[in-house]
Amino acid sequence: MELFWEIVISALLVIGGFFGLVGSFGLVKLPDPMTRLHAPTKAATLGVGATLIASMVWFGVYKDDLTLHELMITIFIFLTAPISAHFIAKANIFRDWKQDQLPPPAGNGNWAVHEVESDTSAEELQEAEVSQKS
Amino acid sequence: MITYALIFAIGCYALALLFNLYRVVKAPGVTDRVLALDTMAVNAIALLVLFGIWEGTAIFFEASILYAMTGFVATVAYAKFLLRGDIIE
Repeated sequence: MELFWEIVISALLVIGGFFGLVGSFGLVKLPDPMTRLHAPTKAATLGVGATLIASMVWFGVYKDDLTLHELMITIFIFLTAPISAHFIAKANIFRDWKQDQLPPPAGNGNWAVHEVESDTSAEELQEAEVSQKS
Repeated sequence: MITYALIFAIGCYALALLFNLYRVVKAPGVTDRVLALDTMAVNAIALLVLFGIWEGTAIFFEASILYAMTGFVATVAYAKFLLRGDIIE
């Protein structure tokens, strides 16, 4: 049984290290900003998740101290990586792309970064202005 | 066997951090720089956890949780600043 867990932990460590390296290599290698966004947010997240699970199994097997701390960090990273990727992509559209270079989005209106009224705070600002006048 | 796998993983993440550092120093655009800093925080978490296995202590959990949280908040704040010129409106 000892050997089985040893193989599991080693495999998770090697997978984690490999994917972490692929994610950061993609950050250097890929040609333009929007494709560069893919490598760290997907490959590196998977690599770190595998490393954290390897650590959890290691403490469970060799220290008889199985805790779910690492699982918490893994879930936190898996939840926050898409959010930060979305924010960076939005900032990138805002800075580097003109409105007529982009294909129009489905439905009415334009991309959110080019349309000030689509901001959720716009309505609140208007309401505050109206209430200030009255 | 675990020792060799651990050395391999630590080497991989050290190299990954060097790639990120290169991307922070020589970035074609400012969003790339933010992305590289975010990846750096994630790789630092992995390196801390691996060092925890190496030393056999669970004392690095708190540090990695703090890294995860402050890394995320810093990335979102930076991206929000680039987007609107302001963080809390």
